[in-house]
Amino acid sequence: MNTLADFLDASVRSATPLLLAALGETVSERSGVINVGLEGTIIVGCLAGLAAATIVGPTAALAAAGIAGLIFATIFTIIAIWLGADQIIAGTAITMLGLGLTGTLYRVLYGDTGAALSAPTLAPIGIPLLQDLPLIGSALFHQPLPTYLAVALVPAVWWWLNRTHSGLAIRATGENPAAARSSGVSPRRVQTIASLFGGLCGGLAGGALVLAQVGTFAEGMSAGRGFIAIAIVALGRWSPLGAAIAALFFGMASALQFLFQSLDLKLPYQIFLALPYVLTLVALAFARGRYRAPAALGARVGAADVS
Amino acid sequence: MQPLARTLRAMLEPILAISLSLIALSALLAVSGYSVTAAMTALWHGAFGSWSVIASGTLVRATPLLFAGLAVAVAFRAGILNIGAEGQLLAGAAAATAVSMTISPAFGLVGSCLALMAGAAAGGVWAGIAALLRQQFGVLEVISTIMLNVIMLHLTGLLVRGPLQESTATFPQSALIDQALRLPRIVPGSRLHAGVVLAVLSALVLAWFLRSTARGFRLRMTGANPRAAASAGGIDVAKVATAAFIASGAIAGLGGAVEVTGVTYALYENLSPGYGYTAIAVALLARLNPMAAIGSAFVFGALEAGAAAMQREAQVPAGMVGVAEACVILVLLASEWIGARAGGWSILSRGGPPPEQNLAELATRGEQA
Repeated sequence: MNTLADFLDASVRSATPLLLAALGETVSERSGVINVGLEGTIIVGCLAGLAAATIVGPTAALAAAGIAGLIFATIFTIIAIWLGADQIIAGTAITMLGLGLTGTLYRVLYGDTGAALSAPTLAPIGIPLLQDLPLIGSALFHQPLPTYLAVALVPAVWWWLNRTHSGLAIRATGENPAAARSSGVSPRRVQTIASLFGGLCGGLAGGALVLAQVGTFAEGMSAGRGFIAIAIVALGRWSPLGAAIAALFFGMASALQFLFQSLDLKLPYQIFLALPYVLTLVALAFARGRYRAPAALGARVGAADVS
Repeated sequence: MQPLARTLRAMLEPILAISLSLIALSALLAVSGYSVTAAMTALWHGAFGSWSVIASGTLVRATPLLFAGLAVAVAFRAGILNIGAEGQLLAGAAAATAVSMTISPAFGLVGSCLALMAGAAAGGVWAGIAALLRQQFGVLEVISTIMLNVIMLHLTGLLVRGPLQESTATFPQSALIDQALRLPRIVPGSRLHAGVVLAVLSALVLAWFLRSTARGFRLRMTGANPRAAASAGGIDVAKVATAAFIASGAIAGLGGAVEVTGVTYALYENLSPGYGYTAIAVALLARLNPMAAIGSAFVFGALEAGAAAMQREAQVPAGMVGVAEACVILVLLASEWIGARAGGWSILSRGGPPPEQNLAELATRGEQA
């Protein structure tokens, strides 16, 4: 059935930026840092991706978006980790900053008209033979670069967190910063690295959104994806594979609107726009008890240093 | 810290935060190629240019900001990170509109009061969902309130294209609220309405409640250190936190109801230009103090009114103000770090103070905050 194949294809496409952002946030949260500024980081990645794509082409622009995200995340890192401010409030401010800054810069760069400036986009890369599989061929093996990058990052992040020394340091810091410190780990350094990685992934997510999905920039185009990514991390029980499953679930919820449109059901489109958010709440409620957040998530490690 | 030094710091900090943010705004304007003087002149004119501008611009915009700022402050004081004032405000606006459309204009002022009460109730219910998810299912309120903001935005979109749409069914907005059911204007010839009085009264009542009542004390204790409040204070922290959460939503909902019955007279999707998010900056600048929130809301009302003028007269995108607001929060967070180094106190004590801190210290801490 062609409709179903299209639906799966759209699901994977919608899931890609969410997964990229969620993988970064997973690492960050495992070190005890929750970054609500992820939404702002993503939109900075969007604008950077668009601007870079018009100059250096889409592939290099994806990298540029990641770097822009990383640079933007240093603001959050300084305020929340080095100065030990409340992570949630710092993150909220960073989101406001990102949304305001990109809206302003876009108009400055490309004029007041807000005329949709289209960027060259990343073409889907087909994997020979596999892409011709029925139903899932197009969804899994005929996708643009960021999707493959996101999929490859899932085992990579798992390996990093569970099989390396630095991964152990990240997890230890997230569970008990004081104990980590007494065993010679610097929680501040670990959290800095983890949250900058979160910024890199957030930027890549923004780049993926512009370069592989939308092809242009609009004010506020991140449209809550940063927040959904944070919910995905919780739903995925702070594991990379869990994040992948949860991201796909959200991709499907978002892609439902295309499916229902093709089935010609007369439902108001606001219902589909709200659906992923409603599902997040329901899913978070039912995930109760089966997951546990890192013990020191959101704790002010930096503040302990000064008091 | 000495009382005098503390007072000085309490006054210096907001001034510092606002000054630095205006400097950041100027720098951004300059980098973006705008004339800083022209933009800043427009900002000043739009905010304080004349008495009528202050009444119709600054004070009208400060009103929803004060309601939402109080909502954020009361939640944060109870240790609840309610980022959902935006959605709760919209819920209140939608409910007030629905009531105003339903009842007869003959109700007059009583009808306005009913609409306001419906708004507060709707805001409370919308926050109540997040409170329930937090209490029963352990869902982080930061995530749930943000989700609920987006859901309410789409729900409003649905309402103004469906049940609440104006009779010609052309525009995505509700019909105008009948003249008799609108909030009265208090300054002739301006847009300033009775809602501003209601907002200031709310601030005064809330300040009294937090400072002078047992419930207010329990709320502050719950926010300052839930574990100590539960074990040493015998406080049912879950109940207090839930009540504070719902009350916070009700205040934001009241703000939304005041906005439709006092300013816009109709419901539409983009009713709030992010009042609920700016409210976080309002509350933090006021150090979560309801009385100080009056001044803080005035400052941000001026900034928002000035930004509108800046966009009209100097073609500066209004998004710049979002940057300035974010800077206010970031500067305050940074100055809190400096304060902590100097042995002061912090806006929030999430994560709890160190275990060796005893209850007496905690009580003084609560009094200071």
